[in-house]
Amino acid sequence: MEIVQIVGLGLIVTLLTALLTDKSPQFSFLIIIFAEVIIFFFLIEKISDIILVLERLAVRANINMVYLETILKIIGIAYIAEFGAQITRDAGQGAIASKIELAGKILIMVMAVPIISVIIETVINLIPN
Amino acid sequence: MQFEIETIFQIAGIGIILAMIHTILKQMGKEDVAHWVIVIGFVVILYMVAFFVNDLFQEIQRVFLFQ
Repeated sequence: MEIVQIVGLGLIVTLLTALLTDKSPQFSFLIIIFAEVIIFFFLIEKISDIILVLERLAVRANINMVYLETILKIIGIAYIAEFGAQITRDAGQGAIASKIELAGKILIMVMAVPIISVIIETVINLIPN
Repeated sequence: MQFEIETIFQIAGIGIILAMIHTILKQMGKEDVAHWVIVIGFVVILYMVAFFVNDLFQEIQRVFLFQ
């Protein structure tokens, strides 16, 4: 029942934040960052289990490891960008948050270019001349 | 999870105590000292949080096969 732990953590953090916000908003903000980091830490153990299973499947299916690695890197970039964007949006800086999201999208696009080019080449090979 | 919960309470406690110290110093008329107290407390906690964020990013890089 790890979900109970996480919900409890969230409730405690919300209460502490409500307590601190009017006295010293900086500290409540740091508590929020901290709680987010902890929940991420908690999830990342599970994510690594899932990724191990995916890797095993990919090895058995004879998929080129480069593709799987690229996809995992894309997921990692998405996680980090989401983390930063949510924190900045919580702090009221929507403009910076959307810039972080834009940067994440562009970096993901750069990583995906090899895969896209492989797909396009495959499609072109399928088309008879 | 035990250790992390303790750290959250630590941060909240430091925040509350610093807010109290800030109010008292303000009442005593030492507003510049009160300001510096808040700044130093903020830096200390920021250091802790930055440490944990660094840990998190290292872990993400490890899990998602960045090397």
